[in-house]
Amino acid sequence: MGESQKITMAHGSGGSATRMLVEELFQKNFGNDALDKMEDAAVIDVPSGKIAYTTDSFVVTPIFFQGGDIGKLSVCGTLNDLLVMGATPKYLTAGFILEEGMDMKDLEEIVKSMAAIARDTNIKIVAGDTKVIEGKGGIYINTSGLGFINQKPLHTSNVKPGDAVILSGTLGNHHACILSQRMNIENTISSDCAYLGEMVQNLIKEEIEIKTMRDVTRGGLATVLNEIADGSNTTIGLLEENIPVDPEVKSFCDILGLDPLYMANEGKLVCFVPQEDAQKALNIIKNSNYGEKAAIVGEVIKREDVAVTVTTRIGGKRILKALQGEGLPRIC
Amino acid sequence: MINIEEIKRFLIEYTGPKIKLMEVCGTHTGSIVKNGIRSLLSPSIKLVSGPGCPVCVTPSNYIDLLMKYAESKKYAILTFGDLIRVPGTKASLSEAKASGGSVEIIYSPMDAVEIALNNSEKNYVLAAVGFETTIPAYALLLDKLTEMEITNVKLFTSLKTIGPALDWLCKSEPDIDGFIAPGHVASVTGTSVYNYLANKYHKPFCIAGFSAEHILVAIYDLVVQTSNARHEVHNLYRSIVSDKGNPKAMKIIEKYFEPSSVYWRGIGVIDHSGYVLRKAYMDYTIEFPSEEKAILKESNGCRCGEVIIGRIEPKECPLFGKVCTPVNPIGPCMVSHEGTCGIHYNMHE
Repeated sequence: MGESQKITMAHGSGGSATRMLVEELFQKNFGNDALDKMEDAAVIDVPSGKIAYTTDSFVVTPIFFQGGDIGKLSVCGTLNDLLVMGATPKYLTAGFILEEGMDMKDLEEIVKSMAAIARDTNIKIVAGDTKVIEGKGGIYINTSGLGFINQKPLHTSNVKPGDAVILSGTLGNHHACILSQRMNIENTISSDCAYLGEMVQNLIKEEIEIKTMRDVTRGGLATVLNEIADGSNTTIGLLEENIPVDPEVKSFCDILGLDPLYMANEGKLVCFVPQEDAQKALNIIKNSNYGEKAAIVGEVIKREDVAVTVTTRIGGKRILKALQGEGLPRIC
Repeated sequence: MINIEEIKRFLIEYTGPKIKLMEVCGTHTGSIVKNGIRSLLSPSIKLVSGPGCPVCVTPSNYIDLLMKYAESKKYAILTFGDLIRVPGTKASLSEAKASGGSVEIIYSPMDAVEIALNNSEKNYVLAAVGFETTIPAYALLLDKLTEMEITNVKLFTSLKTIGPALDWLCKSEPDIDGFIAPGHVASVTGTSVYNYLANKYHKPFCIAGFSAEHILVAIYDLVVQTSNARHEVHNLYRSIVSDKGNPKAMKIIEKYFEPSSVYWRGIGVIDHSGYVLRKAYMDYTIEFPSEEKAILKESNGCRCGEVIIGRIEPKECPLFGKVCTPVNPIGPCMVSHEGTCGIHYNMHE
């Protein structure tokens, strides 16, 4: 598109270069009735009842990785946040902060990848913004999302002793994929970046009583479960041998001293259901997209002195705290 | 032949005299906590962690000097991630970075080659910290630097060898009954150092891998040996560790480095317990300034020094979990993935 192959400060000036970028890239790919009006704000129809509304910023490097890119991540991440609140995602906004020197082709690929997910999931990207800053050609994306809630909103406090904990798939893939690329380690680990709408719709369609759901992103399963246990005043007991981790991810973690329980995922959810629904819910998830490796990984018990415990493969007991500080790769 | 279930039963039901065992390597500490090994032991078997985390034994004025280089703008620092949050006497490299100092995280010493080539106008100081497991990688880097005549990278070393530190420990902490010897280090050095120590101090050593089973078997072995007053070196990790170690790795270490008496945080100077660059390669190093050597200040109140020799448990340090947490570490043991305090804090032990 256009003559320029790189993003320059002019693309963020608000002048003709900005207009060209908006029209020939963003509108061309995202176009819909609300966006196409090109006014200062999108005007959308909202049904009566509650809406879920969220925002998230995406700063990942590398911007392209096995299994996705920053664009796909920015759409799926926000949509999944809406989804796990029991909402049906409908609208997104997208704010782009581009660094001068960004390759136009890369930007186009990222935008197309966002548009593809929006199209597949029937979501409209209704408003956006672009700024250009000095830098080394990087890109940061903020997306905000809006979804409609038809049922009782899901809340952590719904979780009760006896509930089963279902994890929708393997842990650590996204984190290991990004780290591998940063470290120039060649492997076939692919990010799990995905929108989990079909899985959740199937659970709702089959009338599973979902107590609460969370997407298992930064901080990993350990951190999410600590929040749920604290929020519901329960203790969650996990069985290590039931927690799915791909063998290649496991080897990668063993070498670097990482723990999949604390690693970020971008297409996994953890779902709490009554024990009697557990097997049925598991089967539904397993038969949904991105759920084939799902497993019942633990159960909720009455509050003990700690929030989350794991019975290790060897039969030991380990206490799982929320992630503290940052996950730095170790030295040897 | 005893199986793992019988070993587990033996270890939980053990009622003999109290036994104190040390796992030397930080990776063992991590695995012990991760697998909940302590919950599988009788209260009479106590595990303490040793000085096998390279970051934890690095003196605080080493960090101060790195910060000085970072802040001088003359140098950019290349470092593994572990080191950047380790506090010196005043602050850490991450603070130097936030104030505009140049600090880059590398994942392998070899990363320095590309960085130096791509930024030939800059001068780099590589924070070369580690044991025999990492030292060959620094030697391979020196191979590349000399071969490609790259002159804008200098190593600032804090390199350690575990044998003399264990010798010091056997002497000064006689109540440690036996040692789970570090598997990775032994894969480079071989087993002779442990034979020497076992005979000298009449303590059993068991070289183990890092799986839960390996560690349980090693503990079992050390308990049985202790109970029978034996002091042998047993190698459970033969798939990786041969008696001779890795002569090729040792050879390349010796090509570039020579033994030196170095300072261990919490311990002091131990004779011949480290490596520095040989005189012929002085152009590739920044020496520890001699006037700095006597300054061995530690952070106020921090008892990391006693933690790494197994004298106290992390929770016995008054700072542990209160002012010193992984988010705001006061001592190095709270920072590193292999640091005992950090592991204990995160795992709620």
